Amino acid sequence: MKLEYFQMIDRVVSFDGESIVVESTIPDASPVFEGHFPGYPLMPGVLLVETMAQASGWLLLKLGNFERMPFLMGVKEAKFRSFIGPGTPVTVHAQRLHDGSGYAVTKARIEANGKRICDAELTLRIMDFPAPELAAAMRGRGQELGLA
Amino acid sequence: MASSFDRIADIIAENSEVERDKILPDSHVINDLGIDSLDFLDIVFAIDKAFGIKVPVEAWTQEVNAGTAPAEQYFVMKNLAARIDELVAAKGG
Repeated sequence: MKLEYFQMIDRVVSFDGESIVVESTIPDASPVFEGHFPGYPLMPGVLLVETMAQASGWLLLKLGNFERMPFLMGVKEAKFRSFIGPGTPVTVHAQRLHDGSGYAVTKARIEANGKRICDAELTLRIMDFPAPELAAAMRGRGQELGLA
Repeated sequence: MASSFDRIADIIAENSEVERDKILPDSHVINDLGIDSLDFLDIVFAIDKAFGIKVPVEAWTQEVNAGTAPAEQYFVMKNLAARIDELVAAKGG
């Protein structure tokens, strides 16, 4: 996980058609932790949402054969159940709840040490890639993750 | 069972700040009710779930933008309800 680059997912563990399981490790050090919080570093909740959104995004990219790009549009019922700090390995589960016309709804959760850290229902709008560079970058990273 | 119009109007009222009694058969979802694209996405999701269909909102939007269909055909409440009924019928429901 590279927080400053918003690269939240390290590897894909499994993909079964409607759901994906990915793993990542919260970095040991980051400027993020200098502010959040001094003397008590915690992974910010917004970055946990981003991590769940990215797991959902990779799922939807795979399901759409990397032809269109999912963008986070809505977050519902987000609950942050436990603190999580630097150096912690996490497992992220994302499942497609609904395949709509130009959008999808997913349910995602993050676990660490077998304990649920957070969960949310996410809405992603699925659009044509707005830039060829983005399409190429997503397909390139998708290949690294074994999805593309 | 309530009419499709009533079910859709209830869904809109639940997923936006529009009061239920302001939603009339001739109301334009966007122009009259002021539903924005994000709220409309939530509404479409709720309609998809409630009616067991997939509202082809992307195709509708493309038709309207291309000028091949008037927006009223899809986005005026009584017409939206008719389109939903057609989708349900096409699905065999």
